[in-house]
Amino acid sequence: MTLWLLVRRSLRQHLLSTIVTALAIALAGGLLMSVWAVKRQAHDTFTGQTGGWDAVLGARGSKLQIVLNSIFHLEASPGNVPWADYLDLASNRAVSLAIPIAVGDNYRGYRLVGTLTNYFTQADYAPGKKFAVAPGGDIFADGYREAVVGSFAARRLGLKVGDEFHPYHGLNFDPNAQHQETYKVVGILEPSNTPADRVIWIPLAGLQNMSGHDPNSANDVSAVLVKLRTPVAGKSLELLYNRQGNRFTFAWPIAEQVAYLFERFGWFDQVLTLVAWLVALVATGSVLASIYNSMSARKRDLAILRALGARRGTIFGAIVFEAAAIAALGMLIGFVIYFTVVSVVAAVIRAQTGVVLNPFAWDAVLVWAPAAMIALSALAGIVPAIKAYRTNVAEGLAPES
Amino acid sequence: MPLLEISDLRKAFTAPDGTAHEVVRIAHFTLAAKAQLALSGPSGTGKTTFLHLIAGILTPDAGHLTLDGVEMSALAESARDRLRATSIGYIFQTFNLLQGFTVLENVLLGMSFGPGADRPHAEALLRRVGLGDRLNHFPRQLSTGQQQRVAVARALANRPKLVLADEPTGNLDTANARASLALIREACTENGAALLLVSHDPAVLASFESHASLAELNAASRPNGGAL
Repeated sequence: MTLWLLVRRSLRQHLLSTIVTALAIALAGGLLMSVWAVKRQAHDTFTGQTGGWDAVLGARGSKLQIVLNSIFHLEASPGNVPWADYLDLASNRAVSLAIPIAVGDNYRGYRLVGTLTNYFTQADYAPGKKFAVAPGGDIFADGYREAVVGSFAARRLGLKVGDEFHPYHGLNFDPNAQHQETYKVVGILEPSNTPADRVIWIPLAGLQNMSGHDPNSANDVSAVLVKLRTPVAGKSLELLYNRQGNRFTFAWPIAEQVAYLFERFGWFDQVLTLVAWLVALVATGSVLASIYNSMSARKRDLAILRALGARRGTIFGAIVFEAAAIAALGMLIGFVIYFTVVSVVAAVIRAQTGVVLNPFAWDAVLVWAPAAMIALSALAGIVPAIKAYRTNVAEGLAPES
Repeated sequence: MPLLEISDLRKAFTAPDGTAHEVVRIAHFTLAAKAQLALSGPSGTGKTTFLHLIAGILTPDAGHLTLDGVEMSALAESARDRLRATSIGYIFQTFNLLQGFTVLENVLLGMSFGPGADRPHAEALLRRVGLGDRLNHFPRQLSTGQQQRVAVARALANRPKLVLADEPTGNLDTANARASLALIREACTENGAALLLVSHDPAVLASFESHASLAELNAASRPNGGAL
């Protein structure tokens, strides 16, 4: 009770410096937790984001580019895969499902992806989960100028069932590159929290035959999404396409390609984490500075406490406890900063990739980061605590002139 | 056996120029339990140092200081802190109240370093000194006389055997000084505590049945007495 009373009153007596220091801790702690949680969650979510597919076949090029293009609907396609080669792959005994996709158009920046209806009826985007169309809508029919819009894209574009739109040529929105064709929205997908949410799906033939497209490529597809009968089957197909052949690239397994991307940017993670730790150290240093600078003003109070019988250890403990209490207060605010930062980052990532991060997801950093900040602050509190420990009682009690 | 017994007590301080200056040299001094003694102590007689030595805030350079049978000069600092918290109440001239704490908290804090916070007893003491309706006030919200009464309640909170009062009426007007002095004496009597009061106010000294001169007691305060 005594320590708590001493600390509580001291925090109140030095309210301004308490608030400023706690805010510094909050920002540092919030930043540290955000960097850590976003890093981990992004890694886990992106590498776990296979769309339910085991592999992708694309034109000869970078595996990562093929995966980003066909699974995340980012980047451009490295080239085309002729229809006959798609059929070859689809008929391979190692393949249980192969669905072609074609890209090359957009509607106001949201990518149009041409595919077959079995993308929705046969493929699971996650174990046991198939894409579903929201009530009142339906899947497009092959051969018709119909579109099914991902939930995020529909919300952002304000599209609803019955709306019509003109696609634009290219993957980036150019108002001058409008196609003549009109597509009618026949369904809005239920949210899947996958990149499919930010895509407008149309029949494969529609994209292949869009006005202005090269008629020579009308039968080509951009990539083929592949579901294997057994995981090891990928090895033989990889050998077939990547080693023996030189026309295509077989990106398998998908998660490995994304993990490779994270590895490539691992240094950036480390720099970000280092910066977050440095900010945390500076913030805990501010705890030291704020309490240390108040020691002269507290000299009399400390002497009075000692004269009342408080032991040096009690005074020492009270100062360390106070430093820890400021950090604890700061970390409470830090959680608000954490949820705000992660929510904003999650919104940006969702808008850019369709991948959904959950700001409220459990992460061990939510426990160890506050504990570390409190421990570091308590450690920083040792310096002023030593000064308090050495208070000369007789000097402190002398009447002030 | 007296409550407080002092023999050959010496204390010197080192001046900035490095020379030692003796402030206290008391050959013999005793105070009986529950006794009330006033010491006349004009400036320069080492009264604060003397009281700090008894309270264990300062350690003597030489001599013996026994409180209730315990040789204080032989105790480690933490044991002296404990003894001060449990057996000694200290009333300062400037009251030395903790400004950031309420009246009640000032008293409770004093208790917490001793036998433990006893809220009903703290409240009873504050009511006894006439501050029952000021428990949650802060010292700055009280008059000087009221602050003095908080200091009295705090000094008596741990049921000490000895109360030390250093110029307790020095900052009070005549009427308040008289009332405060009476309160201190009554409260000490009621609580069975001995009182050792130092003052240079003749009126205060005259009100005590027993008084002595610290100047005569402390050889170091006599002319040339402090030279080593």
